[in-house]
Amino acid sequence: MLILWVLFVPLATTILAASVSWRPWIGWATSASSAAVLGLGIALSVATMTTPELALHGSLRADSLSAFMVVVIGTVSILATLFTPRTMRQEMESGITTSRYARHYVVLMQVFITCMLLAVLTANLGVLWVSIEATTIATTFLVSHRRTDGAFEASWKYVILCSVGIALAFLGTVLIYYAELHTGAGVHSSSLDWTSVMSVAHHLNPNVTRLAFALLVVGYGTKVGLVPMHSWLADAHSQAPAPVSALMSGVLLTVAFYGLLRFRAVAAAALGPTYPRTLLLVVGLASLLLATVMLIAQRDLKRMLAYSSIEHMGLLAIGAAVGTPLAIAAVLLHILGHGITKAVLFLSSGEIYHLEGTTEIAKISGLLARRPVLGGIFGFGLLSLVAFPPFSLFVSELSMARAEVDAGLWWVVAISLACLGVIFAALARHARHMLMGATSSETTVALTTARSVAVPLVTGLVVCVALGVVSWPLQSLLTHAAHGVMS
Amino acid sequence: MNSTYVAALELAAGAVLVSAVMTLWRRSVRSIVSMLSLQGMALSAVAIVLALHEHERALFVTGCLVFVVKGLVVPGLLRRVSRLDPRSRESRPLVNVPASLVFAAVLIVLSYVVSSRITSMSPSEASHLVPIGVATVLVGYFMLVTRRRAVSKIVGLILVDNGIALVTFLLTSGVPLIVELGSSLDVLLVVVVLQFLMVSMRRHSDTDQLTEMKALRD
Repeated sequence: MLILWVLFVPLATTILAASVSWRPWIGWATSASSAAVLGLGIALSVATMTTPELALHGSLRADSLSAFMVVVIGTVSILATLFTPRTMRQEMESGITTSRYARHYVVLMQVFITCMLLAVLTANLGVLWVSIEATTIATTFLVSHRRTDGAFEASWKYVILCSVGIALAFLGTVLIYYAELHTGAGVHSSSLDWTSVMSVAHHLNPNVTRLAFALLVVGYGTKVGLVPMHSWLADAHSQAPAPVSALMSGVLLTVAFYGLLRFRAVAAAALGPTYPRTLLLVVGLASLLLATVMLIAQRDLKRMLAYSSIEHMGLLAIGAAVGTPLAIAAVLLHILGHGITKAVLFLSSGEIYHLEGTTEIAKISGLLARRPVLGGIFGFGLLSLVAFPPFSLFVSELSMARAEVDAGLWWVVAISLACLGVIFAALARHARHMLMGATSSETTVALTTARSVAVPLVTGLVVCVALGVVSWPLQSLLTHAAHGVMS
Repeated sequence: MNSTYVAALELAAGAVLVSAVMTLWRRSVRSIVSMLSLQGMALSAVAIVLALHEHERALFVTGCLVFVVKGLVVPGLLRRVSRLDPRSRESRPLVNVPASLVFAAVLIVLSYVVSSRITSMSPSEASHLVPIGVATVLVGYFMLVTRRRAVSKIVGLILVDNGIALVTFLLTSGVPLIVELGSSLDVLLVVVVLQFLMVSMRRHSDTDQLTEMKALRD
């Protein structure tokens, strides 16, 4: 029953937003809907601690992992939708948007959120693919919302590359289904349901599963933003309006990663841990290295945040490669911490863009003196991003490193730490310029930041600290969710 | 009966590959779109022949769906785009046409090598034809990489998708119907989205030569 409500609330909000013309209260209604999703997600987490919840004759299924992902989607989408009325007002004032496009924007945001929720709540691995592909369609028009050359170019590249990539994931899913139809051991099943795939996973043909998992890693990896199919990410995330970037970077990437977590369990059961580990390590480390290089010389604020997402997705892939319960639990905590932090940073970068008229790092300077609150939020957000204690990313990265050491992967820890060190230095250099660089003399008066901007963002950062200091309310959920994707 | 079935299946699957290679050969958008339409129909024929042979009702429904979506609707949408565009020829492909055809032959051989490891698990008349699907996918990727025009990218994407659909039919007699419905709908929507973007881009900056897309870079 709970599962149906989780999907029904955003669906009803979508219909509401589609049926009336744009008013600011619709924006607030979408935030209320996201808050309801968060509440239902927490209730679902409690309910699934004993047994998974099923709905619609088993076509929807929620275990602890799904419930946790609902919580992540709810949290980040509250932050993003709280900025809808503000963003729309600013864009209408500057003539970028009309009331018609504002309505499109709200409807597509809700469709996007609903598709992500369906992806984590479906029992069927094929429907998982369909819903992740559907998010691409919903977000294309959100990326091109500003209707500039850059925005069209970004959304064109986004659709082409993601559709091409995700097609490989479909082929991978089909091959898993084929292997499932022809298990040699007399047991077989003929549905793509997660439970039935897992029940025969030990008997899947290794040759077919090996090829299938490689296709799935590249395919879903495209949507996650992993090397080699990452090139759409920086364009799309830098051209989209800030709340869209917040949602795409904060949760869409990790919803696609959720797909990889599920299939990793299937592959590990069929092939043993080594093969999926090698593959995920390769793409994870490659992404981390690429992000490190791109971050050093980055000149644009939003592209900097986008490449940092590639870095964190690389870390997640490395964590998943280790594949022990501790590592997976750390990966999940990292998903939540990164989602909130990245949303806070993208939203404050949207505000910076609105005030400064640019996202070029070189042209932004002395924020802390001129706009202390906004600058402070941005600064603390960056501290959280580079995993400074007591933010939760510190805890999750530390736990991942511990899991890697336990698994004997010393060299992985060494490479990751080296990359993180370089990234820290690069981000510190950019941040020092933007926050504390010299300011021109006429703007020495400190400007205030609107409360509707400051309150949600500060709350987001406080949540990150709270998760870092006391992760106990989540501890059992994370462990339980991690055990759900062990083979 | 069985030999008719095999002959029909081979004919239909062969038509899928031939039309894929033809899209590399032809230059005018109009004839490329006709090839895609032919390919969609051949694909639906594969599904229907398999469905009749194995008495799978769901696959029969899928076959009819494929006929409508990939045989009629998607080519129709593309035809509308090409009518908007007076310069409807691939002007400067990165690899010229004769070389593309040679490359396609190499890709076909490659796909036979790759597929043999998978299909050896359950040999049947249908699974012998899997390399044809793989070859179609590879030709689609080749087109995506070497052709510059926006329409050609969309055509490449559709080739990839049709190839995967063919592999799906031949290996598993179709994935569950709900998944098939979802993925057909997704393809349709992607084409609609791309078509819309193309029209907007042309209205905006009067180009669809993708090499000119250079606003965004590091």
